[in-house]
Amino acid sequence: MIPLSYYLIVSAVLFAIGTAGVFLRRNLITILLSIEIMLNAVNLSFVAFGRYAGDVDGQIITFFVMTVAAAEAAVGLALVIALFRHRESLNPDAFTSLKW
Amino acid sequence: MPETFVFYALSALAIGASLLVIGQRNPMYSVLLLIASFGALSALYIQLDAPFVAVAQIIIYAGAIMVLFLFVVMLLNAPREDAAEWDRAHPLRHPNIGRFGALLAGLLVVQLAWALAKATELEAPVGARADGASIASVAEMGRILFTRHTFAFEATSVLILVAMVGAVVLARREGSNQ
Repeated sequence: MIPLSYYLIVSAVLFAIGTAGVFLRRNLITILLSIEIMLNAVNLSFVAFGRYAGDVDGQIITFFVMTVAAAEAAVGLALVIALFRHRESLNPDAFTSLKW
Repeated sequence: MPETFVFYALSALAIGASLLVIGQRNPMYSVLLLIASFGALSALYIQLDAPFVAVAQIIIYAGAIMVLFLFVVMLLNAPREDAAEWDRAHPLRHPNIGRFGALLAGLLVVQLAWALAKATELEAPVGARADGASIASVAEMGRILFTRHTFAFEATSVLILVAMVGAVVLARREGSNQ
């Protein structure tokens, strides 16, 4: 069997990649994708801990995280569309002023 | 051991695809690569005796959320990441600030590695304490979801309704009231 720590390391690496994506990319859609990577990294550690503890709660919280991710993607992409209509740009630095 | 080999292959696929996601300048490729990463994660869930989560990962993430992203990428028709002149002259683009950020990121990685090395209990195999059959049962999961977590489940339905209305309101074209 694979040790629990291996899954946690994969999860940590994926979370770090997602964090780096949020900070490095200058495209709102790629930033939202990086947030999805981070959510999935946390899901993996939840499922691994649930398997280790012999409890289905790890899978249930993953189910809730997926629901929240779907809601977040819907609202986030609606915001991206609304912002793009204003500025014709997806660069987050284009939206630094609150009013124009 | 085939199990370990499968784990390494799937982890490498998930991490490699995720790295390529943030390495792409074209969001279209990013979305497609992220679907590959989610497929590898779904196979990891099957290895962890979580078939329901694995199927939900494919249906909800790869099937619904990523298709929504694809629609928006195609709708906006702005595939390239634009680096305008005012963007390159941005004060945060100073190289010293970038080095400081890289130092902090390296420190975070060292801390994570140190914390994982300290926790000796985590070296136990993931299936040592419980057998997989009780975890893999979807019926058991549904029973607990609708008894112990009923409130959270009902709250989720309200959340989805609010998100749906919010998305419609936000994406509506200004000036059209009908």
